[in-house]
Amino acid sequence: MTSPTMPHTETAIQLEHVSRQYTMGEATIQAVNDVSLSIARNEFLALLGSSGSGKSTLLNLIAGLDRPTSGSILAQGQNLAGLTSLELARYRCNTIGMIFQSFNLLPRMTLEENIELPLRLAEVPREERPGRVREALERVRLTHRLGHRPTQLSGGEQQRVAIARALVNRPKILLADEPTGNLDSATGEAILSLLREVQQQMGMTIVMVTHERPLAERYADRLAIMGDGKLLSATEITKEATQ
Amino acid sequence: MKPRDLADLAFRNLREAILRNVLTTIGVAVGVASLVAMLSLGVGLQELASKRLSQSGLFDTIFVTPKNNFRGMGRPQREAPSDKPPRALDDDARKEMEKLPNVIEVYPQVRFFTEVRFNDKPFATVVAGMPDSSRNSGSFDGMQGNFFSSPTANEAILQIEFAKDLSEKPASLVGQDLVLRYAERQALPANEDSSSVSGESSGGFSVVPKELRLKIVGIVETEPAAGYGGVGNARLLIPLATASTLRAAQVNDLRDIVRDNSTNKTTYPSLSVRVKSPSQVEALEVSIKAMGFAAFSLLDASKSLQTFFKVFDLLLGIFGSLALAVATLGIVNTLVMAILERRREIGVLKALGAADSDVQQLFFVEAGVMGLFGGFLGVFFGWLLGRAITLGTNLYLKRQNLNPIELSSVPWWLVIAAIVFAILVSLAAGLYPASRAAKLNPVDALRYE
Repeated sequence: MTSPTMPHTETAIQLEHVSRQYTMGEATIQAVNDVSLSIARNEFLALLGSSGSGKSTLLNLIAGLDRPTSGSILAQGQNLAGLTSLELARYRCNTIGMIFQSFNLLPRMTLEENIELPLRLAEVPREERPGRVREALERVRLTHRLGHRPTQLSGGEQQRVAIARALVNRPKILLADEPTGNLDSATGEAILSLLREVQQQMGMTIVMVTHERPLAERYADRLAIMGDGKLLSATEITKEATQ
Repeated sequence: MKPRDLADLAFRNLREAILRNVLTTIGVAVGVASLVAMLSLGVGLQELASKRLSQSGLFDTIFVTPKNNFRGMGRPQREAPSDKPPRALDDDARKEMEKLPNVIEVYPQVRFFTEVRFNDKPFATVVAGMPDSSRNSGSFDGMQGNFFSSPTANEAILQIEFAKDLSEKPASLVGQDLVLRYAERQALPANEDSSSVSGESSGGFSVVPKELRLKIVGIVETEPAAGYGGVGNARLLIPLATASTLRAAQVNDLRDIVRDNSTNKTTYPSLSVRVKSPSQVEALEVSIKAMGFAAFSLLDASKSLQTFFKVFDLLLGIFGSLALAVATLGIVNTLVMAILERRREIGVLKALGAADSDVQQLFFVEAGVMGLFGGFLGVFFGWLLGRAITLGTNLYLKRQNLNPIELSSVPWWLVIAAIVFAILVSLAAGLYPASRAAKLNPVDALRYE
């Protein structure tokens, strides 16, 4: 794998002293504890850490699916803390694309319908939709499976459909929550390669939560390590490290 | 999300759990059916009663008399006597009344007590002249034989009780002749310049016995326009024009003779004003009174009847709604189950950018669609139920040798109201599940297995 080529000097996501606490009964759990991090535009950041280190919580905060207890998140110039629930939904719809470990495709819909779903939510005109769906499927090279249902596909193919669904609204930020977790290593690598490819084609910022450090080192621009809700380190991947 | 996309997704979701949703929809349909059946019975009974009453001519007819005529002899005057003579009920007044809005016709009452000879036996009865328009009033629906062949025919229709007096087999009377014996007024030559109802002199008349042969053309169960008349129910009906030409002496004639009548025009002892519908009677009665006549109708009785049916319908509606209330719980149950099943899907939708309101509307539309289909189906079931009840009742009536009746009626307003009500009730049922789905935390929902 080649080293990153995209320049990323502007900030896409700015986290300032972000904390997220949960209360369970009388206990308070500090899922994310005072995290400050700047993610540049077109950067591919991998969030690593053990289970319960707070990386998925941090991803949900960036996605606007959850709100921080304190601190601020600026994404594409928007301060998420100041957005209403409806504005957060719009933000997720237009700015964010998400992929998950378990793909989260709706099993009763065909691939085409699954990919069309974000277009429906974004109220994209009907006549534009087939073209957009096809374009997204072309990017993940699955146009021949348009009418299939997710259960008829392999894990790797399902994740590619999920990527197509995440890309169909042409988001600026792609958030991936352990996208290779349910895949064998070869397929996982192919998925990351695909992510890297579309990132370069479309010019996106990617934040990926993963357990797999070797893969992250090969495809990401930077590794951010979390432990006990804190950001332990954020290191740029040098060319040597990727080899 | 746009309405069409919302509807697409809602239908897709409903199809997904087709059995459960169909059963829930049938639940709504049964609820609506019970409501429709109950109300259709209420409406049907009301229509039946209104029809019978309007056939009686009591509720759509105003009886008009000159003011002095209406105050009976010996009764104290309700108003201070005025210097002006009371207005005469003449042709001008008749034409004026005919021009009033919603008036079908204005006709004089010809009704007299007399004797009929049939098979050389005398039978005393009251004869009434029927206006030709009564042919269409529904009064003669289901009669044996036919209505008068022409407005001036020498024909008679018998009331069934009178027919039974004449013969043990009333049906056999149709086609036979009877002889009407009556007293004809003949004007005295002394005063030729004024006339009353049939061109008689107000100065006096002599009475001459006359006979008229009438062909019996029909037998009717109830006597139409049995209301005001003062001489009891008429049991022999003849065309009004025929009755008028008889110049038969009537009850009021003697009083008219002694009253000073200075006009030269034809005057009537009373006129009947037929109105398009009982609801217009009140306004017309006021107009006629303003013209200077006494007017009388049985409106108050019809009003209390309407109140009775409103309460009756309300009670039937409440009982009918009970099943719909149970069906509502079915919708709540189905949608709450759907939230549990589709928890993860709701999370995915939110992650993809669905707003809380999108999720809420989706569940709302699903509830509304069940209500819509349940409503349509329910109206059909309700109509069927009404037909079945009518059929059963008519079978029973037939065994009792009674005429069949139309017991249930589903007017268009009931169809629309039932469907709208079903949708509204379903939407109300969807309120709680929809808001619960909308409030679902997407992070928790995505984690749900």
